[in-house]
Amino acid sequence: MIALLMRDLRLAVRAGGGFGLGLAFFLIVTVMVPFSVGPESDLLARIAPGVLWLGALLSCLLSLDRLLALDWEDGSLDLLATAPLPLEAVVSIKALAHWITTGLPLVLAAPVLGVLLNLPLAGFKWVVISLLLGTPALSVIGTFGAALTVGLKRGGLLLSLLVMPLYVPTLIFGAEAARRGAMGMAVETPLLMLAGISAGVIALMPFASAAVLRINLR
Amino acid sequence: MSIWEYANPRKFLQTSERVMPVLWVSSGLLMAVGLIWGFFFTPDDYRQGSTVKIIFLHVPAALMAINAWFMMLVASLIWVIRRHHVSALAAKAAAPVGIVMTLIALATGAIWGQPMWGTWWAWDPRLTSFLVLFLFYLGYIALWEAIEDPDTAADLTAILCLVGTVFAVLSRYAVNFWNQGLHQGASLSLDEKENVADAFSNPLYVCMVGFGLFFVAMVFYRTGTEIRARRIKALMARERQEA
Amino acid sequence: MSLNVSDLRIARGGLPVLEGISFELTPGQALILRGPNGIGKTTLLRTIAGLQPPLGGTVSGGEDQIAYAAHSDGLKSALSVTENLRFWASVFGTQSIEPALKAYNLTGLRDRPAGALSAGQKRRLGLSRMMVTGRPIWVMDEPTVSLDQASVTLFANAVRAHLSAGGSALIATHIDLGLDATVLDVGPYKAAPLEFDDFDGGFL
Repeated sequence: MIALLMRDLRLAVRAGGGFGLGLAFFLIVTVMVPFSVGPESDLLARIAPGVLWLGALLSCLLSLDRLLALDWEDGSLDLLATAPLPLEAVVSIKALAHWITTGLPLVLAAPVLGVLLNLPLAGFKWVVISLLLGTPALSVIGTFGAALTVGLKRGGLLLSLLVMPLYVPTLIFGAEAARRGAMGMAVETPLLMLAGISAGVIALMPFASAAVLRINLR
Repeated sequence: MSIWEYANPRKFLQTSERVMPVLWVSSGLLMAVGLIWGFFFTPDDYRQGSTVKIIFLHVPAALMAINAWFMMLVASLIWVIRRHHVSALAAKAAAPVGIVMTLIALATGAIWGQPMWGTWWAWDPRLTSFLVLFLFYLGYIALWEAIEDPDTAADLTAILCLVGTVFAVLSRYAVNFWNQGLHQGASLSLDEKENVADAFSNPLYVCMVGFGLFFVAMVFYRTGTEIRARRIKALMARERQEA
Repeated sequence: MSLNVSDLRIARGGLPVLEGISFELTPGQALILRGPNGIGKTTLLRTIAGLQPPLGGTVSGGEDQIAYAAHSDGLKSALSVTENLRFWASVFGTQSIEPALKAYNLTGLRDRPAGALSAGQKRRLGLSRMMVTGRPIWVMDEPTVSLDQASVTLFANAVRAHLSAGGSALIATHIDLGLDATVLDVGPYKAAPLEFDDFDGGFL
């Protein structure tokens, strides 16, 4: 399992691995927001937590179609399926690798981009904490979507269409926690719900993803 | 005689063809009676005026929008467990009907909301939940269309339906938490105090039964079409194989 | 540990392609599958490897014993030859990749990224993967595609060594490997179409 994780991480940082693309996309989206809604700092401060969450979600989404498709194309997925590793473990590791290469950098970059959006001081902590709790769920749910569309050519758009509705609860609770934190309100309830969703999908989604992958490998 | 005999395509077609005329006629009659009764023979509401009468379209459509998804869930489970093709095709056939019902509920809601709340759209929990349900239908239908092999498509959409149900329920609670909303309470519930007045509820029941039968008739009809399309595909594949 | 296949019936895209396939593969034995293109050799191998369920019949004795080599080698072009091989070795829980490198004459290419290899060299790397799995039953689909004569000899030698060490091999190929192998022509096992009055018979 560690071998698979190390291989995925190594592939991500080598040439053509796409590491950093998600981060750059996050930056671009965030920079575009003031251009579209105006530079008024009160408004930006109010929408900053939500914009950061939406940007993180879109950046996650962007890298999903490479998550399993590359291994599908070169045949590694067939070989992994006949290896001693259960497919449930394979998809979990893949999701973990995706989180380390995409989710974690987003969490770390969010405070920097928060400055650009005039995020209130109280908000920094909660934006980081909510993203830290929520991005694993985004990666795990995204892996399910990637497994659903793995056999399709040009499945990227369909992937977004399938994954976005599944992201709704995570986004609502995550952005709500960040928003309340930034406004100095109590954040416990949405934060606990967010953590609950993350824990639930990490525990259960790999079974759905592996089942779907098995069907696609037939 | 087991109920699973109807999972045989031929038996299903024979039976549904015998039942369908009855369903079409009775659903058409009930819908016509319910709507005419509702629109013309009920008093205006003292607060909402005659706008309230859109309830006779809005509530049954919303009811069927949710029940159609529920029916797809059950049909998907039957496919996953018992591998009856008819069941998977019935789930496929129900999705477009369900999405249209969702659209009707959303549109009539907007038309009703305009005079009542002064806006076509509000991010009220119920409205938002229906919008999310619409997105789930969209993804489900798109996945069916995207996959060529019918059995693979049936398997994948069945799992999407199961997972989607869990997330749809989660979204419902998330949305409730996110915004408390202006939508009125349930129009009909077992708790008598909340109900709409009797004068409205009787035609509403008639409309609901009519919509329900209409849904069943549509699903039978569309499932029959899907079965025939599937059979043509099978025949063509066999011809290719023999050639 | 021998692999038992009895009365196997397999389908591709829902259509039955082969039926009534039975054989036993004992340690030290090699079985060559032959048959025209499109008859279902790949489907048969994928079914035996456990990637897809059979329509009927059983495959036994293959659980966690089979190493499968498909048409594509599953190589990562950004990783070097040794990194690719070491990955599969650790997935299968074995240690040494040196014998595999030596057997396929890859020692000189060990630090080259897989993306910079020629088609034949890639294939050799893909085949050397079988040696690091440490599994006794090799199931291989057209292993000699894009190999030159010398590489085919390397491959045949590797299979021979595997057999004499008590392993077995099931190979779909059209060329003569010079192995002392049983040949199974799957042509006569072409499946008859399903009857229409089966329960779900309207569909295939």
